Amino acid sequence: MMKRLTFFGLLATLLLPSLAFAKKLIVVTSTTDLAALTQEVGGDRINVEAIARGYQDPHFVEAKPSFLLKLRNADLLVSVGLDLEIGWLPPLITQSGNGRIQRGANGYLDASQFAEILEIPQGTVTRAEGDVHPLGNPHYWLDPDNGRRLAKGIAGKLGELDPGDSSYFQQRVADFDKRLSEAEKRWDAQMLPYHGRKVVTYHRSWPNFAKHFGLDVVGYVEPRPGIPPTPSHTLDLINLMKRENVKVMLIEPYFDLKTPNSVASQTGAKVLVMTPSVGGEKGVEDYFKLFDYDLNLLKQAFDSTK
Amino acid sequence: MRKHLALCVLLIAPAAFAQAPGTNTAANENAALEQKIRDLEDRIVALEGQVRILKSQPGASAAPGVTQAQPAPAAPTPSPTSTEATAQAGVQTAPQEPVRLGGAGTAAAKALNPDISMIGDFIATTGQNHVLSAPVMEMHESELGVQAIIDPYARGDFFLSFGEEGVNLEEGFITFTALPGGIVAKAGKMRSAFGKVNTLHNHVLPWIDRPVVSGNLVGGEDGIDDAGFSVTRILPAPKGLFLEGTGQLFRGDSSDVFKSSQRSDVSVVGHLRGYGDISESTNLDLGVSYARGHNDLGSAFTTSLYGIDATLRYKPLRRAIYKSFVGRGEFIWSQRQQPVGSACLPGTCPSGIAPNFQRAFGFYTSADYQFARRWFLGGRLDRSGRARDARITDDGTSIVLTYWPSEFAQVRGQYRFTRYGAPISTLSPPGKEDANELLMQIQFSLGAHGAHPF
Repeated sequence: MMKRLTFFGLLATLLLPSLAFAKKLIVVTSTTDLAALTQEVGGDRINVEAIARGYQDPHFVEAKPSFLLKLRNADLLVSVGLDLEIGWLPPLITQSGNGRIQRGANGYLDASQFAEILEIPQGTVTRAEGDVHPLGNPHYWLDPDNGRRLAKGIAGKLGELDPGDSSYFQQRVADFDKRLSEAEKRWDAQMLPYHGRKVVTYHRSWPNFAKHFGLDVVGYVEPRPGIPPTPSHTLDLINLMKRENVKVMLIEPYFDLKTPNSVASQTGAKVLVMTPSVGGEKGVEDYFKLFDYDLNLLKQAFDSTK
Repeated sequence: MRKHLALCVLLIAPAAFAQAPGTNTAANENAALEQKIRDLEDRIVALEGQVRILKSQPGASAAPGVTQAQPAPAAPTPSPTSTEATAQAGVQTAPQEPVRLGGAGTAAAKALNPDISMIGDFIATTGQNHVLSAPVMEMHESELGVQAIIDPYARGDFFLSFGEEGVNLEEGFITFTALPGGIVAKAGKMRSAFGKVNTLHNHVLPWIDRPVVSGNLVGGEDGIDDAGFSVTRILPAPKGLFLEGTGQLFRGDSSDVFKSSQRSDVSVVGHLRGYGDISESTNLDLGVSYARGHNDLGSAFTTSLYGIDATLRYKPLRRAIYKSFVGRGEFIWSQRQQPVGSACLPGTCPSGIAPNFQRAFGFYTSADYQFARRWFLGGRLDRSGRARDARITDDGTSIVLTYWPSEFAQVRGQYRFTRYGAPISTLSPPGKEDANELLMQIQFSLGAHGAHPF
C-alpha cells in the first residue's frame, strides 16, 4: 500500500508541473503579420490566431460573430492600432464579454507603440484628404526593423502575462533577432542596386517598406487614401509616370487591377501584385517569406524594366 | 615568374597575418557601434510610441506630474501596463491633488473628450401617397453620437436624434464590458434586440424607409426603444457555431406597441441568435425573438410579438470592397389583446372587459447586391397585417439604388409601390389605396462614428 502511495506521489510530483505548464496563453491578433511575429516569439507556449486574412483589406473586415468565439477566451489581443481596425475591432471587443482584452486592460496590446510610424499628419486633419489616419500610417510592419521592435514588444507582453515563460520568450526573441538580422543583410544587398527607383502604389500601404529598401514612391492610383481612382486623377498619374519614367506599380491583392492595367498599358509599366501581409499569397507563411516573396517580385520587375 | 610570386607571397603574408587581429578588432568595434546605434534607434522609436499612446489614451494623462514623480521606465519595451502602473503610482504619490468628480482638469480635458459624430439624413419624396404622406423635402434626422470608454469596466454610448419636430434620445446606455462569466450588460435607453431591423439606426438601413411590417407591428421608425436593462451572453454550442442569448427588461413604453400605465407594466424582450460561417465568404445568421408588454388600452391588455429573422451574406474576401450580396428576411407575428369593437378608449378600458385577440402577421424579404466599389442595387418585398385590425393587409415593393462617393457619404434612390389594405385615417373613403413614390436620400457623416455591431 505504501509503495503504491509513494508511486502515485512521485507520479503526481512529476506530472503536476507539466500540467501547470500545459496552460498555453491564447493570443488573438487583428492581422496575420502580428500573428506571425507573435508565433515567432511565443513558440509552443502560446496558441495564436489572426482575425483578418492576409489577402483581405485590413481596413474593411466584417465584424463576424464567429470572431467573438476566438476573442472571448483570449488572454491577449494584439492590434495594429492607429485606427486601422476602427471599423470592426471595437464592437468585437465590446461584445466579446472578455474583460481581459478590453482597451486599457492588461490583455490589450496596441502594437503601434513599438514601431517607427511614418506619415503622421501635421496640422489640421480633415476628410478632404480622404480616409487619412490622424495618428500616422498603420502599415508599419512592412519594415523589418519594425518587425524586430514589434517582436521584442510582444515578447515583453507575453512575459508579463506568463512570467514563468518569460526567459523562454526572451530567448526566442533573441533567436528571431539573429535570424532577422541575417535575412535583412541578404534583403538589403538584394535591393541595393535598385536604390532610388521610382514606383507608384495603389494605396499608401508601403511607406515603411519603401523607406527601408530605398524606393521612391512618386504617386498613387488612389487620388486620396480610400477614394477610388477617378478619370482625371488617372490621367494625371499617367502623365506623371511618363514624365518621371516610372516603370513599376505595386498593387495590393485586394484591389481591382482594371485601372492599374490601363495605366500600365499607356506607360509601359509593369503591374506587380505584391502582398502586404503574411498569407496574402500561397507560400507566404511567415514574416521572412513575406519579404522574400515581395523582394523577389520587385527584383524581377526592376530587372525586366531597366 | 614563379620566383617573383614566391617573393611577393613571402613579403605580403607576414604583413597580412600581422594585420588580421587589428582588422577583426575594427570589424568587431564597427559591429558593436552599429548595434549600439540600432539599440538607440529602438529606444527613440519606443519613446515616440509611448508618447503616441499617452496622447491617444484617455486617462493616461489624468495625473499631471506623474512623470516627475516616477522615473521613465528603463525597459526598452514599454507597454500600456507600464503607463497604467505609472499613473497609479502617480495617484498614490500625489495625495494633495484635489479630488475631482466627473473628469480631469483643463490640461487633460481635450484628451478625455469622447468621440463625437453627426450623421445627416436628408430625404426628398415625390409621387402620390394619400395614406401616409411625407413632405417633399425634409432634413429627416440628424443623429448626434457621443461615445467613449468610461473606465476599465464600461463604455458609454449616446445617440441623440434631431428631427424636424424636436430632439429624441434614440439611445443612451452604459455597457459593462468586464463582467465575469462572459456576460455583457447594458443599462439605459436602447433599441431592443427584437429581430434585425429594430436594432438598426436609420443610417445603416439598406433602404430609405423601414419595412411595412416594422410600421404595422413593431412601432415604426422608433420601434421597441425603451429604458431598461439588457444582458447578453455567448452560449455553449457545437464547434463553429455561434450562439448568443439576450434578455431585456424595459419600462414598457415603446411607440404604439407597448404602453406602461403603472410601474408593474414592464415589457420583456428575448432574442436567441445562431450564426455560422458556411465558407470564409458566406455566412448565415438566424434569430428568434419574443417581446411582451402592456398596450395602450391599459394594464389589463397585453401585446406579444414573435419573430424569426434570417440573413445570408456573401462577400469574397479578396474582393470584399467591390462585391457583396446580402439576402434577409423577417417574419413577425403580433398578438394584441383588445376589447371587441370599440367598447372603450385607449387607456380607459376597465380590467373586467373580456379581451379579444388581434393576431396579425407580417414579413419582408430583401436582397442587396454590390456590383461595384461604390454601387449597390437592391429590392424589398413587404406584406403585413395591421396590429389593431388584422383583417387589413398592406403590401409593398421597392427597388433601391445606392451610390457611395466615399465611406462617409451616401446617395440613394428608392422607388416604392405600396398597396394599403385600407386608409389609415377614418376620414378617408374605405377601400384599397395605391401609392407610387420616388424617394431620394443623401446621408453624410461628420467625425468619428463608432462602428455598429454586425
